[in-house]
Amino acid sequence: MTDNKSGVLVVVEVEDSQPIDLGLEMLALARRLTGIMGGTVTAVAFGTGLETTGETLTAYGADQVLLNDNEIFTNFHAEAWLPDLSKIITEVEPALVLIGHSESGTDLAPRLAFRLDVDVATGCESIDIVNGRPHMTRSCFGGLAREVITFTKTPALATIRSKSQQALVPDMKRSAEIKHVSSILDVNAIRTRVVNRDREKAVGVQMESAKVVIGGGLGLGGPEGFKTLNEIAELVDGAVGASRAACDLDWCPRSYQIGLSGRTVAPELYIAVGISGASHHMAGCGNSKTIVSVNSDPKAEIFKSSRFGIVGNSQEIMPALAEEIRKLKA
Amino acid sequence: MKIVVCVKQIQNPEIPAAQFRIDEEAKVLIPVSGLSPVLSPFDEQAVEAALRIRDRAEEGADIEITIVTIAPKGARAAIKAALALGADNAVLLNEPTFDGGGGYVTARNLAETIRAIGDVDLILTGRQAADGDAGVVGLGIAEILDIPAITFARNVQTADGVVTVQRVLQDGIETVEADLPALVTISNELGKVRNASMRETMRAAKKPVKEWTPEDIGLDETQVGSSATRYELERLYIPVNEIECEFISGDTPAEIAATLAQHMREENLI
Ligand SMILES: Cc1cc2nc3c(=O)[nH]c(=O)nc-3n(C[C@H](O)[C@H](O)[C@H](O)COP(=O)(O)OP(=O)(O)OC[C@H]3O[C@@H](n4cnc5c(N)ncnc54)[C@H](O)[C@@H]3O)c2cc1C
Ligand SMILES: Cc1cc2nc3c(=O)[nH]c(=O)nc-3n(C[C@H](O)[C@H](O)[C@H](O)COP(=O)(O)OP(=O)(O)OC[C@H]3O[C@@H](n4cnc5c(N)ncnc54)[C@H](O)[C@@H]3O)c2cc1C
Repeated sequence: MTDNKSGVLVVVEVEDSQPIDLGLEMLALARRLTGIMGGTVTAVAFGTGLETTGETLTAYGADQVLLNDNEIFTNFHAEAWLPDLSKIITEVEPALVLIGHSESGTDLAPRLAFRLDVDVATGCESIDIVNGRPHMTRSCFGGLAREVITFTKTPALATIRSKSQQALVPDMKRSAEIKHVSSILDVNAIRTRVVNRDREKAVGVQMESAKVVIGGGLGLGGPEGFKTLNEIAELVDGAVGASRAACDLDWCPRSYQIGLSGRTVAPELYIAVGISGASHHMAGCGNSKTIVSVNSDPKAEIFKSSRFGIVGNSQEIMPALAEEIRKLKA
Repeated sequence: MKIVVCVKQIQNPEIPAAQFRIDEEAKVLIPVSGLSPVLSPFDEQAVEAALRIRDRAEEGADIEITIVTIAPKGARAAIKAALALGADNAVLLNEPTFDGGGGYVTARNLAETIRAIGDVDLILTGRQAADGDAGVVGLGIAEILDIPAITFARNVQTADGVVTVQRVLQDGIETVEADLPALVTISNELGKVRNASMRETMRAAKKPVKEWTPEDIGLDETQVGSSATRYELERLYIPVNEIECEFISGDTPAEIAATLAQHMREENLI
């Protein structure tokens, strides 16, 4: 590359004043990449109550932290983020910008790319440096294929899938330059108005951080099937997810959806119950350490990605499993 | 009101994994023979969203729904499907020079097409194409045209020059509005797409389809398709992740469940 852009800038999302795991995972990736191509790791966080955020981001790998602590950034709103973020990227001149492939990241990154007149690779699983350039690997064709792409213009933008990277062990002895930036946002320039926001209060263990996730599909036979899954999840401090087909039928809340157009999980154990194993679903759980599946069809595709398989009726197997776990815990 | 729906024609995204083929050397998809291409599912729902706006409009309201697609020469399936659902007319960019553009070029070419159509109030796209899975083209069009964009819609309504969208969040719904002209990307939560009626299917063949060249949208050949792309495909492959599955068997569900629970305990998960 003939330009002088270098290093990696990571946009870290903050929730309740804490950086989300995906942000910390991206910092680890940024450290590895700057180790190969040189340059520094800049972490950028927008939000409110960011008093300790700088230290946290430093411990997880940032060399420089830019905090935009402002009431306006309490809730994500792409149009509010864009002017400041574009300005920061133009000033820092990174070779690569990492953004989480999250609800907000997928809304933000393409806009940012076009505003900066550069390109974005969405949903990346890994990035390597070849001849000084980022080669980004992303899933396409509904998870059936992978493409490795590069861009001719810099900076390259990439959104990174949750759990595709592992955060570093925090090192409290690291030091970094922590700076507060002031916002240039003109609120009158925001053209989209949020008139109402209705989020379900999350109860129990979050899917992304659970050690055990139990996913239910059409093979559960109906919404009652999810009751048993919830019971088991509670016994093992796990979380319940679902296939899109089950969500579409309102057998469970939509927030349960795992997959290409849903959430990404990578627990120690994923139990897929009555799920056929479509690539679109596996795109959200394929990185789980162990997959166990329960399916009445011995030829179900899901068994090809499963370490253990149970051929049987979910309505018999799952209540029995709940019972056996209860016995073991007694 | 003028609505433009951008649609992409793709191979059926729900084929079994075993049928899916890639030519790794040429870095292209090998189409499954005998399988007809389809309208990308989210784009089909974008057409449905436009039709619902028209259904709800007052009697006599003038709502024109135009389909725009960049597709290889001869590719008519997507346009036909969209017109049969009830769209009024279409613009097809199918010169070979349009082939091979990435997200940036596709968005730019579609934005110029929309400009050339003129006076468009609402643009609808899918949340992502079900082959590239990128989710960039819609937002790109909005940025280029400098209009507001709202993503992941499950419901789109218009009234008095304002579009009101129910947006799908990971754990809920938010209602967002913007003044027209605006762009909205449609998510699968929009729900079922109507069946093409016999009447519309018959009429579809007679609906106007314009075929535009780069010149028609004010661009030259270096600004369209692969010659304008800033994207390099280094590799395309099918990941192999098949693992040996060990089947847990037993005489009763309880016996099978006990074995699984035991495994879980050994792994410290109970
Ligand atoms: C663009 C696109 C994006 C998509 N995004 C997603 C996504 O994000 N997430 C997602 O999950 N899907 C997604 N899908 C849908 C996906 O392709 C599949 O259609 C869906 O995952 C199937 O859900 P399922 O496995 O529950 O249902 P099915 O495929 O119908 O499978 C049901 C399974 O249950 C088994 N079964 C039946 N009865 C029993 C029983 N009594 N006991 C045990 N097993 C039984 C059957 O053998 C079968 O294997 C997407 C599709 C497209 C085109
Ligand atoms: C195997 C493979 C090889 C590729 N090779 C190259 C390459 O060599 N060079 C290159 O520049 N790009 C290449 N691409 C293209 C690129 O990866 C994406 O296709 C591009 O970024 C657009 O993303 P998408 O198709 O996922 O559309 P998305 O951004 O996901 O599309 C969102 C929405 O935009 C609209 N839309 C998208 N495409 C069209 C269209 N053609 N017509 C009308 N509306 C549309 C639809 O409403 C769609 O729902 C390749 C893609 C694949 C899968």
